[in-house]
Amino acid sequence: METLNHEKLLTTIRTATEEVFGMMLAIPATALPHSVEQGATQPFDGVISLIGFAGGWTGAGRISCTATLACRLSGALLASEYASVNEDVLDAMAEITNMIIGNVKSNLEDELGPMGLSIPTVVFGRNYQARSSGVREWVVAPFDCDGEKLEIRVGLMPCGKTDAVKHFAMADVE
Amino acid sequence: MSLDVLIVDDSAAIRKILQRVLVQADVSLGKVYEANDGREALEKLKGSPVGLILSDINMPNMDGLELLANLRADQAFQQVPIIMVTTEGSQNKVLQALQLGANGYVRKPFTAEQIKEKLAGLV
Repeated sequence: METLNHEKLLTTIRTATEEVFGMMLAIPATALPHSVEQGATQPFDGVISLIGFAGGWTGAGRISCTATLACRLSGALLASEYASVNEDVLDAMAEITNMIIGNVKSNLEDELGPMGLSIPTVVFGRNYQARSSGVREWVVAPFDCDGEKLEIRVGLMPCGKTDAVKHFAMADVE
Repeated sequence: MSLDVLIVDDSAAIRKILQRVLVQADVSLGKVYEANDGREALEKLKGSPVGLILSDINMPNMDGLELLANLRADQAFQQVPIIMVTTEGSQNKVLQALQLGANGYVRKPFTAEQIKEKLAGLV
């Protein structure tokens, strides 16, 4: 069985994030000290975008930030201005997630083998918690984007189940 | 002379970005058709010939590789330039796309310059 250590995953997340921010957004993303967390996240206000991994390794990737930063990132991606979270912002955040987590996946596949990604799900609201069933441990990589915090977390574990996509999708809508 | 283009991606954001990038790449755009997936792309192409197709790979209903195979099997689309624009970076997918007849492969994230390079000599 291939193994994945926290440092390798953290480096991959940071590289993918810096690449997407540099090439598509032209906004600086400065890496902040990381952490490794277990269990559910604290109640949250803002935008969370989730995407699932499936295959020999299963898990999830999440990007979260305030509504203000989501509007700013979306504006940079789409060359527009957004004062509040709307369909365009949700779609842009989904695509930013797809690019960052998609690159994390591609960069890990050499060592971990082929994986699939679910389509992103983006949630905007207040005082809510997100839980990805089966993910026991997250590598959490925060970034400073001009004074606003963006958090990217990825949890991955080996899984031999071939129907992991179904398991993940069902777990997220519970 | 303007160029009619089909952009296939399940993300409206990426369709909008690619349209902007084509303008930045000095492509004189004619009609721009958009499709959410391969199946919708085939529908849009009925009666609407285009001079360039940009397509994602991972999409619902019909993915970009199946769309590519369908188009290359149809004589009407054998010469139309098709560039895959996708987060899929594995060598297998790149090879598969090129073997199926893609003219180029751009990995997301991308710059306008990368798209421009892929278009050189094609349109």
